[in-house]
Amino acid sequence: MADLSVKIAGVSFKNPVIPASGTFGYGREYAEFYDIGKLGGISVKGTTLERRDGNPPPRVAETPAGMLNSVGLQNPGVEHFIREEIPYLKGTGVKIIANIAGSTPEDYAEMARRLDETDVDMIELNISCPNVKCGGAAFGTDPEVAGGITRLVKAATKKPVMVKLTPNVTDIALMAKAVEAEGADAVSLINTLLGMRIDIKTRRPVLKNNVGGLSGPAVFPVAVRMVWQVANAVKIPVVGMGGIATWKDAVEMMMAGASAVQVGAALFTNPYAPVEIIDGLNRYLDENGIAGVSDIVGTVQPW
Amino acid sequence: MALHVGSYPLVKKEELAKGFYSFTLSCPEAAEAAKPGQFVNLKVPEFSLRRPISICEIDKAAGTLRLVLEVRGDGTEKLAAFEEGDKIDMLAPLGNGFAVNPAEKAAVIGGGIGVPPMLELAKRFSGTAYAVLGFRNEDASILEEDFRACCADTLLYTDDGSKGEKGFVTDGLKKLLSREKLDVIYACGPEIMLKNVIRLADSAGVRCQVSMEQRMACGVGACYVCACRMVMDGEEYYGHVCKDGPVFDSKQLVL
Repeated sequence: MADLSVKIAGVSFKNPVIPASGTFGYGREYAEFYDIGKLGGISVKGTTLERRDGNPPPRVAETPAGMLNSVGLQNPGVEHFIREEIPYLKGTGVKIIANIAGSTPEDYAEMARRLDETDVDMIELNISCPNVKCGGAAFGTDPEVAGGITRLVKAATKKPVMVKLTPNVTDIALMAKAVEAEGADAVSLINTLLGMRIDIKTRRPVLKNNVGGLSGPAVFPVAVRMVWQVANAVKIPVVGMGGIATWKDAVEMMMAGASAVQVGAALFTNPYAPVEIIDGLNRYLDENGIAGVSDIVGTVQPW
Repeated sequence: MALHVGSYPLVKKEELAKGFYSFTLSCPEAAEAAKPGQFVNLKVPEFSLRRPISICEIDKAAGTLRLVLEVRGDGTEKLAAFEEGDKIDMLAPLGNGFAVNPAEKAAVIGGGIGVPPMLELAKRFSGTAYAVLGFRNEDASILEEDFRACCADTLLYTDDGSKGEKGFVTDGLKKLLSREKLDVIYACGPEIMLKNVIRLADSAGVRCQVSMEQRMACGVGACYVCACRMVMDGEEYYGHVCKDGPVFDSKQLVL
């Protein structure tokens, strides 16, 4: 039995597999399938200061080896999250990563203040949502703004802060360095890639929002490349995500430099994907005589 | 746990009309748990997103669910290629289902691919329900005999008059409302049809439940993609077809 536990920014996770924000709600639905306490952690649905209604439907489209979504951060607001969801999640024993998204930098700080006294284990700053008009990826594409938000949040909470980065930039390592310099305890990447599909019969975009975020196996090689670049550029831990569907993908992502992985779109194809990845990692480590999962992090040997 | 996931054998496949397929899957646990109006989420080989398909018939004794799907795009085309003996990966049963009181006088209204979920529902009324079915044309008409076998009366309409009467299901509903005192109307079909059915139900003062359709991903209420406009205490918001529905009281919806 290999040691699957990982420590990221002072938080101990029993294994490195975390459902990604927006694909797992607050865990209740998947608790119908399995004990969600088995998971390393859960990055919960992106939370905003006030309730958000999201974008009009259709909000999803199939793509080759993936999907587009344009949910637009629909959520019941941070107070509801604190009152209704944190106690439930706490009861499952899983590590809670609160994913927060603001329309202004001050929104992030205000949510971080409110979450500071709660049982969340870590705060993930979503500065990379492609589906909202105010904030979202606009914050994540400017190193000054991304750094500024990180600084404000760090001053507002003692919780570890992880910044979720968008791939829709020229140099993602530059963004990672900018938030590291302002005190980010970890970075997670990649959020979705902006995409579009058109129904050739109606000449209308499939998504009512016209454009949306691409995820699924189609983005995996892009995610591996970006995780590798960022892991080489910063000293803080990197949490890798983007198209991970199997334990082999998880191993690859960790070899690229990820200390843990998040699993998102794969859940829609296979609700058991995260638990199957945990089991697969365990078998892989045992079969290869590797004592702990952290031993494979960043072990790629580039040419 | 009421939710079942697994690979279930396709024991019977029929082409009901061009592009419309009936699948009977052997899945005893899911059949035992299923209610009329619920749906299943089928994995499509080589595709990322599952396809939600409503349950057409439930046979608890045989341990089977019958599904009827229409080929609409690449995903459903792939599903239609399954053959008897193949196993299909399915999550079932999902969603809330219709609220049924078998003592009530009910009308079930179906349009196109909205017809199949009305069949199991109609059967729950032991021969007393009225069915109004609408199709584009004769070539796209399905399940007529199944409804005739379990309903007090079945009215059939096509857009072009190639089968049944020429007209829309709302013409049939008007006819029914003029001659029967209905307690409840159930409907599934295109949004414009649902809108008109609800308008008729409201003006007749008859309760109405409708089953909605939307593009889905998780199918269980976690990803929030299958939004539909709902209203509570005068305030509008986006609910989700997979978890808040697919069946809604017409008063909950903004169409």
